[in-house]
Amino acid sequence: MEIIHHQHEAVIVGAGGAGLMAAVHLAGRDVAVLSKLYPVRSHTGTAQGGIGAALGNEEEDHWEWHMFDTIKGSDYLADQDAAEILAREAVETVYDLEHWGLPFSRTAEGKIAQRRFGGHTREFGKGPVMRSCYAADRTGHMILQTVYQQSIKNQVHFFDEYLVLELLISEGRAAGVVALSVADGQLHVFHAKAVLLASGGCGRIYQITSNAHALTGDGMAVTLRAGLPLEDMEFFQFHPTGIYKMGILITEGARGEGGKLFNGLGERFMEKYAPTLLDLAPRDIISRAIYCELREGRGVQGKWYVHLDLTHLEPEVIEKKLPDITDFVRTYLGIDPLKEPIPVQPTAHYAMGGVPTDNDGRVVVDEKNTVVPGLYAAGEVACVSVHGANRLGTNSLVDILVFGRRSGRDIGRFLRENDYAPLPPQPAEGAQELVERFRAGAPGNGAGESVAAVREELQAVMMDKASVFRTAESLTEVRDAIRALQERYQRVRIQDRSRVFNTDLVEAIELGFLLDVAEVTVAGALARQESRGAHYREDFPKRDDVNWLKHSLIHRDPSGALTMKFKPVVITRFQPQERKY
Amino acid sequence: MKYRLRVKRFERGKDREPYWSEYEVEGEPTDRLLDALHAIKWHQDGTLAFRRSCAHGICGSDAMLVNGVNRLACKVLLKDLGPRITVEPMRGFPVLKDLVTDMEAFFAKYRSIKPYLMPEGAPPAKERLQSPADRERFDDTTKCILCGACTTSCPSFWSNPDYVGPAAIVQAHRFLFDSRDAATAERLVLLGPRDGVWRCRTIYNCTDACPRGIQVTRAIGEVKKALLYKSR
Repeated sequence: MEIIHHQHEAVIVGAGGAGLMAAVHLAGRDVAVLSKLYPVRSHTGTAQGGIGAALGNEEEDHWEWHMFDTIKGSDYLADQDAAEILAREAVETVYDLEHWGLPFSRTAEGKIAQRRFGGHTREFGKGPVMRSCYAADRTGHMILQTVYQQSIKNQVHFFDEYLVLELLISEGRAAGVVALSVADGQLHVFHAKAVLLASGGCGRIYQITSNAHALTGDGMAVTLRAGLPLEDMEFFQFHPTGIYKMGILITEGARGEGGKLFNGLGERFMEKYAPTLLDLAPRDIISRAIYCELREGRGVQGKWYVHLDLTHLEPEVIEKKLPDITDFVRTYLGIDPLKEPIPVQPTAHYAMGGVPTDNDGRVVVDEKNTVVPGLYAAGEVACVSVHGANRLGTNSLVDILVFGRRSGRDIGRFLRENDYAPLPPQPAEGAQELVERFRAGAPGNGAGESVAAVREELQAVMMDKASVFRTAESLTEVRDAIRALQERYQRVRIQDRSRVFNTDLVEAIELGFLLDVAEVTVAGALARQESRGAHYREDFPKRDDVNWLKHSLIHRDPSGALTMKFKPVVITRFQPQERKY
Repeated sequence: MKYRLRVKRFERGKDREPYWSEYEVEGEPTDRLLDALHAIKWHQDGTLAFRRSCAHGICGSDAMLVNGVNRLACKVLLKDLGPRITVEPMRGFPVLKDLVTDMEAFFAKYRSIKPYLMPEGAPPAKERLQSPADRERFDDTTKCILCGACTTSCPSFWSNPDYVGPAAIVQAHRFLFDSRDAATAERLVLLGPRDGVWRCRTIYNCTDACPRGIQVTRAIGEVKKALLYKSR
């Protein structure tokens, strides 16, 4: 097959908030943005409740409080220099968005409106604070639209519906990517001085997830396959309030506006688990509390859900501030949230881990923060780490924009100072083999494995054995299950042999990414013998700062085995304390 | 319960004419149409092509013609469609494959209306102030997800593919009625010519088709009115 070659100074993989923010800050440079979806379909658009920034529009607030909350929320695993940048730069970032036209909801005085969100507090934990800047409950939609609008204004060059297959590294430097154009099945090599991975998360490793179908860990997997490490992958956030069985997100903003959680006995169970913040405790704590209630038989009607009750709120609050989730509940459950409580269960939501970077988005590979020149990552695919073991609500939107922008700026500097690394010989060879293997059809007897069957088993076993509660036993089981699934994956065949918009092929490639990412997640979880943030080991229920106050770095060595290293946590202002809410 | 789906098939460069495939799937009445399409793709026929991503009506990937009306496959439930369901690609866009259409021309029209804020003067240190009432003025059109359901339900667009179409007008409305924007005259010039808002014949198909409940025809009417007042 013929390969099409391109050369651009920088290639950005992914067109959500992080990728577009970087692209806008590289305006005027020769940049190509590759996106698996049309940019406006990116998952940033589904974020609901708001973006955290200490504007102090509704009540007193300070970025130092935001920094502290982020660190405490992270169970002290966040790098504090990065958390400081996040909290400080959140403020100017929100003003930038407003200046670009983002239609924030407004206070009576006409300022950006703010509301409460889980784990965001005044005076270092004394009580909830209104910090989440919102546009009704479609803040992410408005952010994605706004940054896309700016990228149109700045004439960003897009390659829409291109799936990245491989990250090219040569002589220890980033050299580009190989991608598949979904529309016509063509392979493309993009030679670049700098590559920014901004491809989002991997929630589809789990069965019940708020994540879009597209979130298959592509950027994480191609990094791992390039021989580079992933950081802190054992920390995966379950959002407490997904719609029962479907996993569709019901924003924490619903509780920020006063919504309450009840178990099957009608008890406000969060009183037991987080007496100060109650239903506005961080997500890891509430998800664990819900699982405890469910496992002890206090689900509603004996089923695997609890109730999120909004019926006591003013109808106008629900209609004006939470219109989208109201629509979801009416559409998918046939329930009117004004009149009836909503059945919810924890839903796989966010990877705290990812491709390790420094504070300018530069990908680093070891405990000394050795940089891979020209390689960058930002957004959910990356691990700076600002979220540590548990991310606070609203901080993902801050993260993508603050670190998307910092990456864009540093790439600008890098492009001026550096030339192209040579492409590796036969750069598309591996990608070509991968695609041909699926397109060629079943060998011999025609008995291939199906993508859907392998994927469904992966998602089920991850949900069952590597989600909110984990033990050595459950994790060993899922590790072995993934090995067996990886063997079956080698025999996967697809039905669609055409080159035009072959989503059968896309799903087969994505499944390979999912298996890699799940394998690393489980390896990290099995190794980490403590409980911290979203990673809860029933066999090691306490946080262990003596042995485990450190980041994990996992890479695949040439033999195919996963190898683990560690990296210290940066601690500046706040010494680790017991975490209570 | 069993559902029978009839799906219009076509592959660019291979098929001369579209044809129909019929499938039977087992589903719950509360399942999304998207769930039924996945059941086909994953367990019966991997060659069936459609776009989807978020699966809850926000990303705008899966607009299609369902029993004769435009719907998002992830936002319409089987119980509302009945046991026999006909699924076709959106009308008026070139078909790439099955339910997947080429949306390049659609996005080009979106870009043509200059979909970005053009304010006057340098921005203040903090936010520009905007009263809740001024913010409310354009709230409805900020909901647009660019799925294409409105534009491809519009008979004026079917008969004249150069018509800028409801979606682009909705996006222009979002800026025209934003108190912070200062480019009203520039945008109205873009929407005034032959293939602009006057192609709209107030048929209301767009409003019925919008999965976000936007009052599309009303928004177009407001843009028409703005043009009339401007020319006086």
